[in-house]
Amino acid sequence: MIRFDRMGVRYADATTPALAEVTADIDEGELALVIGRTGAGKSTLLRTINGLVPHFSGGTLVGSVRVDGRDTREHRPRDLADVVGFVGQDPQAGFVTDRVEDELAYGMESLGLPGQTMRKRVEETLDLLGLADLRRRALATLSGGQRQRVAIGSVLVTHPRVLVLDEPTSALDPLAAEEVLATLQRLVHDLGLTVVIAEHRLERVVQYADSVLWLPGDGEPLVTGPPAQVMEVTPVAPPVVELGRWAGWSPLPLSIRDARRVAGPLRQRLSSLAPSDEPADASATGAQPLVRVENLVIRYGGEPALRDVDLETHSGAVVALMGRNGAGKSTLLATIAGLLAPTSGRVVVDGVMPADTPPRELVRKVGLVPQEPSDLLYADTVGAECADADRDAESEPGTCHALLERLAPGVPLDRHPRDLSEGQRLSLVLAIVLTSRPAQLLLDEPTRGLDYAAKRSLVGALKALAADGHAVALATHDVELVAELADRVVVLADGEVVADGPTAEVIGASPAFAPQVAKVLGPGRWLTVAAVREAAGAAS
Amino acid sequence: MRAVHQITMPRALHPGAWWLWALGLAAAASRTTNPVPLLLIIAVTAYVVAARRTDDPWSRAYAAFLKLALLIIVIRIVLQGLLSSSSQGETVLFTLPELPLPDCLAGIKLGGEVTAEAVLAATYSGLQLGTILCCVGAANSLASARRLLAHLPGALYEAGVACVVALTFAPQLVADAARTRQAHRLRGHRPGTLSGLRRTALPVLEGALDRSIELAAAMDSRGYGRTTDADRGSRRRTGLLVGAGLLGIGVGGYGMLDGGAEQWRGLPTLMLGAAVAGAGLAVGGRRTGRTRYRPEPWALPELLVVASGLLAAVAMFVTAANDPALVTMVDPLAVPDVPWLVVAGIVIAIAPAWVAPPPKGASG
Repeated sequence: MIRFDRMGVRYADATTPALAEVTADIDEGELALVIGRTGAGKSTLLRTINGLVPHFSGGTLVGSVRVDGRDTREHRPRDLADVVGFVGQDPQAGFVTDRVEDELAYGMESLGLPGQTMRKRVEETLDLLGLADLRRRALATLSGGQRQRVAIGSVLVTHPRVLVLDEPTSALDPLAAEEVLATLQRLVHDLGLTVVIAEHRLERVVQYADSVLWLPGDGEPLVTGPPAQVMEVTPVAPPVVELGRWAGWSPLPLSIRDARRVAGPLRQRLSSLAPSDEPADASATGAQPLVRVENLVIRYGGEPALRDVDLETHSGAVVALMGRNGAGKSTLLATIAGLLAPTSGRVVVDGVMPADTPPRELVRKVGLVPQEPSDLLYADTVGAECADADRDAESEPGTCHALLERLAPGVPLDRHPRDLSEGQRLSLVLAIVLTSRPAQLLLDEPTRGLDYAAKRSLVGALKALAADGHAVALATHDVELVAELADRVVVLADGEVVADGPTAEVIGASPAFAPQVAKVLGPGRWLTVAAVREAAGAAS
Repeated sequence: MRAVHQITMPRALHPGAWWLWALGLAAAASRTTNPVPLLLIIAVTAYVVAARRTDDPWSRAYAAFLKLALLIIVIRIVLQGLLSSSSQGETVLFTLPELPLPDCLAGIKLGGEVTAEAVLAATYSGLQLGTILCCVGAANSLASARRLLAHLPGALYEAGVACVVALTFAPQLVADAARTRQAHRLRGHRPGTLSGLRRTALPVLEGALDRSIELAAAMDSRGYGRTTDADRGSRRRTGLLVGAGLLGIGVGGYGMLDGGAEQWRGLPTLMLGAAVAGAGLAVGGRRTGRTRYRPEPWALPELLVVASGLLAAVAMFVTAANDPALVTMVDPLAVPDVPWLVVAGIVIAIAPAWVAPPPKGASG
């Protein structure tokens, strides 16, 4: 269906090619997963499939890409619209109209299909994607998962043979991600559609894939093959694969089900052991809390975003806030950071009320890394950002840069912040926030768009900060991150706290929030491969 | 009778009908400063919006426009109070301290006596502008501007898409700006400084640029422009004809509504402009290969709604031509007259609350 033949891409002002010598075949009815580090060229590869590279982006393409027999060099993206459906990273940014039904029809209108055909296909697509209840809804009122399904539907109506999605689940909570992936799975199985996905969250998608295209980056050639085979050698792997590799299971299980079926002996062996790093619960020791939230209510207009929320954080401990999109996690962090004033209730951070404290003073108590870290950046170079941060915090020149070196060594000072990788940019923002030495550090969805390597270094950095005596609170959908990092988990739903307790207790047995290791070895206290490895190592 | 002609059958009314109805009321408001018909028009628009709006986010536009109208009236009164002069009447309400101004600004007076005539005249003219705004707000909440743009003729399709994109970007820019300002607080900056403005503008503009590129890529991937490959010449001819026609319509419309002595010149210019623009649209419409999904029907309810709006305008224009004193407040202190014909016309314009089909629910 899709054939890459010694394909390479070089952008106009780049010194090294973005992709080189890519040769691969993706067959009809296959779900192909493209993996690799940030900057390895995943998005570029996807965009060559419908000709956005090079027709839209510029640059030069060598070799050839043929889709359903059409050469993308001779066909512009619009000429491939009836063969390839492309869904970009942010579905919202690609919407042209404002209603679900109109958005579905838009592509067909552009192709000039007759009215009767359009009517029929819109109805079929609404049913296929389970959008019938939403047909007259305004796009702005949809949830993340619904939005993603509308975006998929809007390209399906032209009956493409290939569907290309760039990180379709990275912004979604675990349940919404399941919903989207189940939809894709159905399209592959029922319609024989060829689907190509790029995704960092391997733990979510690798089990559905028929083939994996691994872009190792740094000029190394592309590796392709069946998932179990490629996952044996990649440095990036979801926890279930890591567990399988460590336990020496063969064939390597990719799904929870497969792993559980071979994990019997391991479960037996672990039943007599306990995880060694069971975290000390700071709230139980009666230490003075750093942040105290009492009966907090926040309303914007009508419905309250938070109602009667209580929360405490302690120095040296990591608290994770979990819950659906829109459950109030970001609102709670913004209130602690002083961006929102409580409608009623109290928030006290280290003796002050954040909403009534001047920003200059507040940043010494509490620092927030927002969902879009780049909002905090405005200078032309990394060096200028660091100098500004030092000046703002009235700390010694070089403080911010030293922090950055510790978080992400080797970021060039003359680079524009926009040209950094996601992980480097997050490190830069984290360094800027830490320059004023806040006692409480807050992070909103820090792992969005991060690859495994960047995530690992973030985990290391946050653990070190907590060991230094910082209190860390993060809102996240990433259950694996929570399993590795958090001492305590608070689950929010509909603006209320529904669970608050030690990590293993809260997420260990939850169907939605349990990490893969807990699902394979549980129910129980085993959350990470590292914990299992350590305990087993100590026992033998 | 076919279902589209029934006024009880729930469906969305053609956006063009709502806008023509609102324009009729706005045109009526533009010819009077008499508060009786003006307040009546506001009441009529409010009632119809309450009766026939959907529960989409843009349906809340009317309240925003109403608030804006009140703000305009207040600003108008305050400015008039500050700059009033005794030439506008003798009934002094109170005296403000007068600010001495240099000689080069002779003729302008800041503060001093504030007369009842000046304040009332300002109220009435502010009310007029506010009423026109309420009409636009009503049209916006009954049929979003986007829906109207979807009905642009094929020749104006590209311009329509540009407008739709702009309509999406404006609220997103506001949201981005709010987010960036919050980010500055997080860095410990005080909001509202000049350097803060620069620091806000840059990320916001960068974000907007990124999003437009993303949108362009999405539109290209979905076949935008695939069927409209016309040669440059025909595109230019269309543009010229439509541009000249719109200019004619604008000049003619101004002449008609201006109400000056040369009102008769307005109509032919308007007609000529409409003809030229129509020709341009016909020429340009031929080159597009786009089709339209579920074109909205134009049936009996649409005709009734448009007619009710136009009747209000006609009643006002007839009265203004025959008896101008009834609709213009020559003496602001006098008790306003009640122009019965105008009132009847405006009351008829409330008909859409019943003759327009009820909207379908947003879900379902």
